[in-house]
Amino acid sequence: MNMAEPSPVAPTKIVVRDLNFYYGKFQALKSINLDIPEHCVTAFIGPSGCGKSTLLRTFNRMFELYPEQRAEGSILLDGENLLTSKQDVALIRARIGMVFQKPTPFPMSIFDNIAFGVKLFENLSRIELEERVEWALRKAALWDEVKDKLPLNGTSLSGGQQQRLCIARGIAIKPELLLLDEPCSALDPISTAHIEELIAELKKNYTVIIVTHNMQQAARVSDHTAYMYLGELVEFCETEQMFLKPARRETEDYITGRFG
Amino acid sequence: MRLSLNLSNAFADRLFGFAVRGAALLTLALLSGIIASLVMGAWPAIREYGVGFLTHNAWDPVREDFGGLVMIYGTLATSSIALLIAVPVSFGIALFLTELSPTWLKRPLGTAIELLAAVPSIVYGMWGLMVFGPVLARYVQQPAQSLLGDVPFLGALLSGPPVGIGILSAGIILSIMVIPFIASVMRDVFEVTPPLLKESAYGLGATTWEVVWHVVLPYTKTGVLGGIMLGLGRALGETMAVTFVVGNMNQLGSVSLFEPANTITSALANEFAEAAPGLHQASLIYLGLVLFLITFTVLICSRLLLMRLKRNEGKRV
Amino acid sequence: MRMNHETARTTRFARRKQFNRLAIALSVCAMLFGMFWLAWILWETFSIGVSSLSMAMLTQSTPPPNEAIGTGGLANAIMGSLLMVALATFVGAPIGILTGVYLAEYDPRGKFPGTVRFINDLLLSAPSIIVGLFVYAAIVVRFREFSGWAGAAALALIVIPIVIRTTENMLMLVPAGLREAAYALGAPKWKVITRITLASARAGVLTGILLAVARISGETAPLLFTALNNQFWKASLSGPLANLPVTILQFAMSPYENWQQLAWGGVFLITLAVLGLNALARMLSREKLK
Repeated sequence: MNMAEPSPVAPTKIVVRDLNFYYGKFQALKSINLDIPEHCVTAFIGPSGCGKSTLLRTFNRMFELYPEQRAEGSILLDGENLLTSKQDVALIRARIGMVFQKPTPFPMSIFDNIAFGVKLFENLSRIELEERVEWALRKAALWDEVKDKLPLNGTSLSGGQQQRLCIARGIAIKPELLLLDEPCSALDPISTAHIEELIAELKKNYTVIIVTHNMQQAARVSDHTAYMYLGELVEFCETEQMFLKPARRETEDYITGRFG
Repeated sequence: MRLSLNLSNAFADRLFGFAVRGAALLTLALLSGIIASLVMGAWPAIREYGVGFLTHNAWDPVREDFGGLVMIYGTLATSSIALLIAVPVSFGIALFLTELSPTWLKRPLGTAIELLAAVPSIVYGMWGLMVFGPVLARYVQQPAQSLLGDVPFLGALLSGPPVGIGILSAGIILSIMVIPFIASVMRDVFEVTPPLLKESAYGLGATTWEVVWHVVLPYTKTGVLGGIMLGLGRALGETMAVTFVVGNMNQLGSVSLFEPANTITSALANEFAEAAPGLHQASLIYLGLVLFLITFTVLICSRLLLMRLKRNEGKRV
Repeated sequence: MRMNHETARTTRFARRKQFNRLAIALSVCAMLFGMFWLAWILWETFSIGVSSLSMAMLTQSTPPPNEAIGTGGLANAIMGSLLMVALATFVGAPIGILTGVYLAEYDPRGKFPGTVRFINDLLLSAPSIIVGLFVYAAIVVRFREFSGWAGAAALALIVIPIVIRTTENMLMLVPAGLREAAYALGAPKWKVITRITLASARAGVLTGILLAVARISGETAPLLFTALNNQFWKASLSGPLANLPVTILQFAMSPYENWQQLAWGGVFLITLAVLGLNALARMLSREKLK
């Protein structure tokens, strides 16, 4: 499947080449080629089961937790192939933050939720750690709401707050890349608006990739959009272009709601 | 015709409702029956010794002087040793089965661990007495004594006849018996931990151990505690395996783990059928009552714990 | 600065990774530890058990002590055990099923069922020797003799809570829609329960009963002062009744070689029976999943 080259405004952060992915015998991704630019928000859209979440999960090799899943091809992060890297997978994951469909606060205090990931790799003093937690919570626009209840359990927050807590947890480790897997699918419109503002803010420092099945959301938050269908990358271009005049007929059908 | 059918159905409904309520009532009656018969049976001893029975160190059927301290100590000591071994091992097994094992091995290994629970306790007892005891004496107790016998405190723990019969052997065999109970509960609760929660921790760069220790275990602590309580209940009430290997000696001369001792259950198993009616039998039933109350307390504790953990959700951790 | 930061990060990670390796190694050890005991126990039981097995074991009654090895058998003990287990199951299982039905189908959240459920948990975790004590006080003392009836009663008291628990759990798994559909047709409650809900939970309930049978087949403690033991062949439940577990206990603890050998044979038979019942229960519950 050939693909439209994105206009190279920003340097490329991730280069995906000939990526194939299998769940057992089922092929879920078919020779994906993709260049994701740095400090931008890139959205993956497409109907359910098109492989957009699967593609996202190859970037931090999360699929390796499940023995029947495997990936072939190459994913270059700053030129280093993640799939064949000699580096330990935990070190790779520490460079990449991830937020999931549902909020996943750890069964510990709000403070420890953030500090957990930081302490894995850095030996900070108590004060430095407190500063880092505050920094991450401010970044995630949650600080004012939780600053008085840091010792409370993370599960005591509302759904939207929990999801922002998870985002704060993801950025507290200062990753280079932030993966968001349908981060708003379990949230109400107000919390969703909060998180979308947050994403716009985050792209100043991070490269963000977001999977969403909400096309309006993709249009609102992303700079580039990839449309996927049945495991193939149909079209990849700047978001504006995709929604105004998509190059391919299938994309247009999906976006205008004639299909999917 | 239709009316009579309705009538007979209504009658059958009432009859059936009666039957199931009656059966439920029977369960209630059973428990009160058990408690009442234990209290009544133990009454002569309760009247004679009161609560002092629990701390009185004597067991002399000839002079009719009875106290439960030796057996109560034996029961608590063997069960503590059992938990001390079984809890970490069960955690390791559950960790292996949920996070490390290749998929094709999970099922056979899980089944094998559950088989360990199915083996009747008399088999454990027989094996413990004939096979395990001598091996323990020869390859563990004797070397331990000659190596560490002079170390203060530790030496006292290791004193006594190294013949593979006593508190230590009973504790070890109990631990093997309760491992499957604790391990399968732990495995089951670990398995229902949401995958997304684990993935979030892996996504931060945590190792398998860190994910299990900092995320899975706190998430499942209620269930894990429940499993441990279940195992403790088993260990406290186990009779046959202990009777074979504990030594059945009513003495409490030292803290030694090698010394033969007695537990509540083995005292009952050994003496009850031959005990003369009167104070001896009543004292044995008193012991049974104490055991029942201990297991009762364990169950209540686990219930309270569960309730408190539930209430505390969303509060301070 | 950046370089320094990186090295600190990697050394910290190396330490964590080492710790992780240690934890994994210990976990593998724990697994092997469990497997080791199982293998050892089964190996000894089967190897000594098979070698002491003989035809006489199944056809002759228990011998007096100190006779030549190979004379006498366990026929009376096997018969006694079968009688008591069968009676306990036929009495205990229906009571357990009825109570389980009550807990699941009548007022599952009420106060009285809550109490019954709690008490059932208590009975489930009560030491089996306590059940023996109770039956001794309630039956043996009253009729002034140890008897097979008392032994069967004690075993039934162990069956009941197990069957209650599994029946209730299995009925709870029946989808509410199925029940509602039956009621919507105007079926009376007893018919809905016996023909629809119990029928669809049949395999699970049966598994529970099988597991209960497996459990009581190996139970010794509740028989010690209810059925006691008996040296002679008998097919009636009145009076002291021979049974496998107590015979094994008595023979194993004795100094006589012929008795010890028979004890090993008995242990082998019991293990075989209990593991066989467990395998059957497992197959049944797997069938149910299909």
